[in-house]
Amino acid sequence: MSNNTPILEVKDLKQHFPIEQGAIIKRQVGAIRAVDGISFTVNAGETLGIVGESGCGKSTTARAIAQLYKPTSGEVLYEGQDLVKLSNKEMLSIRKNIQMIFQDPYASLDSRMTVRKIIAEPLEIYNSHGLMKLTTEDIEHKVEELMERVGLSRFYKNRYPHEFSGGQRQRIGIARALALNPKIILADEPVSALDVSIQSQILNLLVDLQKELGLTYIFIAHDLAVIEYISTRVAVMYLGKIVEISESKALYKQPLHPYTQALLSAAPIPDPVIEKKRQRIILTGDVPSPDQERFGCYFYDRCPKRMDHCRTHIPPMESFDDNHQVACWLHIDKSKWPE
Amino acid sequence: MEQELLEIKEPTPLQETWYNLKKNKGAMTGLVIIVLFVLMAIFAPLLAPHDPVEQVIELRKTPPFTGGYILGTDDLGRDMLSRLIYGARISMSIGVVSVGISLVLGLIIGVVSAYFGGILDKIIMRIIDIMLAFPYILLTIVIVAILGPSLVNAMVAIGISQVPRYARLVRASVLAEKENDYVLAERALGAGNMELMFKTILPNCLSATIVQSTLGVGEAILSSAGLSFLGLGAQPPTPEWGLMIASSKEFITNAWWIVTLPGIAILLAVLGFNLLGDGLRDILDPKMRS
Repeated sequence: MSNNTPILEVKDLKQHFPIEQGAIIKRQVGAIRAVDGISFTVNAGETLGIVGESGCGKSTTARAIAQLYKPTSGEVLYEGQDLVKLSNKEMLSIRKNIQMIFQDPYASLDSRMTVRKIIAEPLEIYNSHGLMKLTTEDIEHKVEELMERVGLSRFYKNRYPHEFSGGQRQRIGIARALALNPKIILADEPVSALDVSIQSQILNLLVDLQKELGLTYIFIAHDLAVIEYISTRVAVMYLGKIVEISESKALYKQPLHPYTQALLSAAPIPDPVIEKKRQRIILTGDVPSPDQERFGCYFYDRCPKRMDHCRTHIPPMESFDDNHQVACWLHIDKSKWPE
Repeated sequence: MEQELLEIKEPTPLQETWYNLKKNKGAMTGLVIIVLFVLMAIFAPLLAPHDPVEQVIELRKTPPFTGGYILGTDDLGRDMLSRLIYGARISMSIGVVSVGISLVLGLIIGVVSAYFGGILDKIIMRIIDIMLAFPYILLTIVIVAILGPSLVNAMVAIGISQVPRYARLVRASVLAEKENDYVLAERALGAGNMELMFKTILPNCLSATIVQSTLGVGEAILSSAGLSFLGLGAQPPTPEWGLMIASSKEFITNAWWIVTLPGIAILLAVLGFNLLGDGLRDILDPKMRS
């Protein structure tokens, strides 16, 4: 399925949130650098996993791509078109190709709408803007088809979200995301709010849907096992930056960035014998606050392998091999280091 | 199996509210009173035994239950019962119209203010604060004084002076509601600001507003009676309850029914709306739900 035309390209995307002070006249006193200059490409039909600890900017990245926030700077190219520059109206015609699945299946469904209304909502919005011409029966058919597709009986369509379990609710959320026949789905921790047993069902559903519909996923999670299972490629984020991006297998086999190594070493292995021998890299200190501009490696404070050079120079993203890039001075030849 | 699934149908929120309402005795009492008054207002021409403004001078101040006048006559010989029945018409429309005015304006101002936030919110809220700084009845009187005393102007005045309450209430609920994920989800589906404000967020903020407006109807009836009493609302010979009290207050010692009966009518109508409003508050409060 995977071919190598990038369907989505993110270039130096920054999302800063202003910190304001003052009771009446607000003035900006700083900024939370939630996403601080990230670049990556996503190829049609693949799954890009984004992993990182809480607060590293994963969700913000997804929302900035979907233009739910206005990015501070950078470009988000969908099939070569920069979404950041589009007007709301122009964005609407592209929005149907990029849909989102949300983390919390309890909060992301309007409790006053029936399942039918929730799933039909995107279709009705597009109808009302004249971008689609569907009759009531068309919508009804589509809703039933979508419900069956995500494994819900169509007889449930007149029920309300509170009558469903978390897994079922997430299926409703997936059906809603599929309603407009999107090409890309931004899945923002779609399984982290679910029981482990339900997680696998939802993951398998997502994998099946990808095969059937040729979807491209950007899949955000903090669970390394989930990411390994579903992703073709993985990007590791730390403090608003991507530190390593690689083909999934290569990353798990040979993590290059000290942060990735620490992250992978923290994941328990479901085999007591190997688990006992597992070498953990314990990071010291906390994640620094993202409200300061940094001039060196973002991971400097906690890196077990830090060098003087890292404190004053931000490492660029360098290719380690064809499908593996890392932003770490350890992997850049000393002759290429800037003074 | 599928047949069974079809038959098991959970109640809609509306059905659920009705079910809980039926269990709440106070609210039901209020609802019955309101329904009676509404029926009285609608069928006033059929129910009233006499013309409410027809004067029979020789029969003035007839006590209740004499001479075919169930509730007696007033100082100009007009049938009290007919006047009270027609008065329900006026009071009910005052309640509905003035609450309608404050509700529509309050909802729009509250939603827009909370949704857009920032400097717009600040300006709107400071204006609201200024309005709230005036005592409510004083503000109403000022507005009537500007517009000129009449029943319609009283409704408008009561409506406008109640706007701040609704605006505040709605703003607070929208502020809480707009941060929810489902609003973000709706935006991701392509919903515009208008759709988000009025189709997505507003329906989820209505329960507090419903309670407030039910209580508001009772309050509006009371205020309009007060305005009419002061001569700023309905003008004679309109059978308005407040006006009836005002124009007969000097007879309280020798013809008690002329001043007391309209008072009881006001009391009952306001009581009805307050009982229903209190009951709805209990029912619609999510924390009270099982």
